[in-house]
Amino acid sequence: MILVLFAIVVWVLGWWLNSRLASGPYADTRIVRFLAPFIFGVTIIVIWELLVRGLDVSLVILPAPSVIAVRFANSLPILWEDFVQTIIKGAFSGYIIGCFAAFLMAIAVDRWDFLRLGLLPVGNFVAALPIVGTAPILVMWFGFDWHSKAAVVVVMVFFPMLVNTVAGLREATAMQRDLMETYAATYWQSFLKLRLPAAMPFIFNGLKISTTLALIGAIVAEFFGSPTLGMGFRISTSVGQLSLDMVWAEIVVAALAGTAFYGLVAMIEKAVTFWHPSQRG
Amino acid sequence: MNDGFKAFWAVLTVLAVIVVFWYAACIPMNIKGVLTEQERAGAEVQPPSAKDRRDMSEFGLVLNNSFAIPATWEQDRPRLPAPHQVAVEMWETTVQKKITSKRSLIYHGWVTLSATILGFVIGTGLGVLLAVGIVHSRVMDLSVMPWAIVSQTIPIIALAPMIIVVLYSVGIQGIIPKAVISAYLSFFPVVVGMVKGLRSPDAMQLDLLRTYSASRSQGFWKLRLPASMPYLFTSLKIGIAASLVGAIVGELPTGAVAGLGARLLAGSYYGQTVQIWSALFAAAILAACLVGLLGLVERKVLKRMGMAQ
Amino acid sequence: MNTESTTQPVIEARQLDLTFQTNDGPIHALKDVNLTVDKGEFVSFIGPSGCGKTTFLRCIAALETPTGGTLTVNGMTPDEARRNRAYGYVFQAAGLYPWRTIAKNIKLPLEIMGYSTTEQNERVRSVLELVDLEGFGGKFPWQLSGGMQQRASIARALAFDADILLMDEPFGALDEIVRDHLNEQLLALWARTEKTIGFVTHSIPEAVYLSTKIVVMSPRPGRITDVIDSPLPKERPLDIRDTPEFIEVAHRVREGLRAGHADDE
Repeated sequence: MILVLFAIVVWVLGWWLNSRLASGPYADTRIVRFLAPFIFGVTIIVIWELLVRGLDVSLVILPAPSVIAVRFANSLPILWEDFVQTIIKGAFSGYIIGCFAAFLMAIAVDRWDFLRLGLLPVGNFVAALPIVGTAPILVMWFGFDWHSKAAVVVVMVFFPMLVNTVAGLREATAMQRDLMETYAATYWQSFLKLRLPAAMPFIFNGLKISTTLALIGAIVAEFFGSPTLGMGFRISTSVGQLSLDMVWAEIVVAALAGTAFYGLVAMIEKAVTFWHPSQRG
Repeated sequence: MNDGFKAFWAVLTVLAVIVVFWYAACIPMNIKGVLTEQERAGAEVQPPSAKDRRDMSEFGLVLNNSFAIPATWEQDRPRLPAPHQVAVEMWETTVQKKITSKRSLIYHGWVTLSATILGFVIGTGLGVLLAVGIVHSRVMDLSVMPWAIVSQTIPIIALAPMIIVVLYSVGIQGIIPKAVISAYLSFFPVVVGMVKGLRSPDAMQLDLLRTYSASRSQGFWKLRLPASMPYLFTSLKIGIAASLVGAIVGELPTGAVAGLGARLLAGSYYGQTVQIWSALFAAAILAACLVGLLGLVERKVLKRMGMAQ
Repeated sequence: MNTESTTQPVIEARQLDLTFQTNDGPIHALKDVNLTVDKGEFVSFIGPSGCGKTTFLRCIAALETPTGGTLTVNGMTPDEARRNRAYGYVFQAAGLYPWRTIAKNIKLPLEIMGYSTTEQNERVRSVLELVDLEGFGGKFPWQLSGGMQQRASIARALAFDADILLMDEPFGALDEIVRDHLNEQLLALWARTEKTIGFVTHSIPEAVYLSTKIVVMSPRPGRITDVIDSPLPKERPLDIRDTPEFIEVAHRVREGLRAGHADDE
């Protein structure tokens, strides 16, 4: 009971601290913008720990953060193997193949009006569908190993990437196109010097959306069959054995991987599209 | 009008090409299985030894055994079912089955749909509330918003199996666990989109209200909320698609017996490819209908508000 | 080059027609346009919106295709002239690429036309000087004011040796003070480079101040109502705008514009 009271105190303390920060003179500085969510996150974790211990919550319902941390530290080799299998082999290779294929397709779609008229509505439509559903089929075709996971990822990232790239390639204004025309520029000159750079903000938007989709695809596809490693495999078997601390450890890995992957793409974006108003500010 | 017509034909052509390509793909995909069946039925197959056939390319087999091509579109458990097989299966399991039957696709679709919608309503409701809180409270903005954004980069769907099992162990099962997954998957996109929308009025519009010395709630109801509508609908469409995926994935881990996810999983256990494909198409149609319905509401609402033609 | 080419007009339009087919029926953007422009002239096109002045300029640049009549540029079709890089075009907005520095923006046409790197650098230096932007080559467009951006876009049009400069309301989006300054600079630049300039505007003082020839146009259908050869001297300080000659020409332009409107009502 004392722990529960203590949790309430921590909550009030965390909130009070953030209120002070938010209404204080430094509310718009970078430090506070980093500190406030950090304090909030730490508060949540501390409360979680205190409540689980204070209320004696069973391990099979919600393990305490400390238990998860211990499990994480003790299972590093397994977590690393799963990470390589699911993220590097499955998600990453599928991401690269899918995004590259979509990029090439987008050039074709942009070049031929007929394809744009016909394929783009279909692409827009497919992009909204539950594509993870293709996982059982692709697992059947490409086997249990990472190839089938990469295939699911390819299908998942293809359409969002296609739609974004096509929109980007049409971003150059009529005036900029006319300018190219007055130089009697060839198609590829105008593509490389005008339309491709102008499309970059859109292409990176597609690439960023695709990072998350790639991880989702790779993990969910493992629910339909996998060798005896991989994050999705570990999650579903650990759930079955009620070792939830392991599940949470895998989720921590997934969260770190997702944020890092997204952050990496966002960093490259910042370097490439430094000129765009959204990046200048 | 003319352009619309052209676009219509273009889409139709692309779809026709896809169907033709699909039929063509069935031939090499299914030829090995078909030849084994045909051989068992007593037909002359080139080459006759199953071992030789295993090492040959699919295309070589098709060339040697062109008589077997029609059979690749009629197999019982093909690697790739032909379009008409999927269509027939869907027809039989929707129109020709009673809705209460365990084999009715409508029944399974409804099981998934009800969880999707329940979760979606809860998720968007909470999402909008949190967005309003974030816009009006600097503390919440600073502490919660960054996490909502980060959550978009994380495959939070990985939580799904655990939620199902944990809720099961405390005695909750059926629609609720799936709805919980649907809810949190639609929650974050709505929070992020709605915050963006509520912040979309520019400084001039906000200053105008200040010259009227309008109260905060007046500013909210008369400016921020209407201005946020286009953003809200965009994120609602993302949210409902995510909700559907959540409900389907929520049906996987417990070996649920009903729902489109259960059909997918059962189909993959027993090699019932036609069943997998028809469940997949049912899910696709469901998603398209839900997104389309929201699009329709969006157009109606925005039109009444004078924000769209 | 034979001796004839010195007397050959730079731009010659005979009975030029252009009709756009739209959903609301055909629109006569240009009808029966006849015009001859000689080498070294500064020609302004003035008229209300919809009179076809921009369309005519775009025809010269082969950005639109006339539906009737003939149009030659340097004795060639506009399309051939474009492929011979006969003109530089300046749009209403600077249209600089935000991902390229000013110098790289000016190099853009040079890269496309295949100039060597040393040649590119040399030309960038000289045109930047021509438009008074020395030292700004390394800046990005969004770090510059609107007037400077437009000057950079003129430099871009000057970078390759086109003897025609086509300008479509290049200073329309700038404020009056900047505009005066740029007009003065443009005249100086024209005197130094001896280019033939086609200039679209809807400002009467601007047209009179800059031009040797003022083409007054009117809408529906787009056509020429008057061609005024300016009696003003080539040397034009800004205060020439207060002289009786200037006011006289401006008056005639205004009359021409009014006449164009009269048969519209």
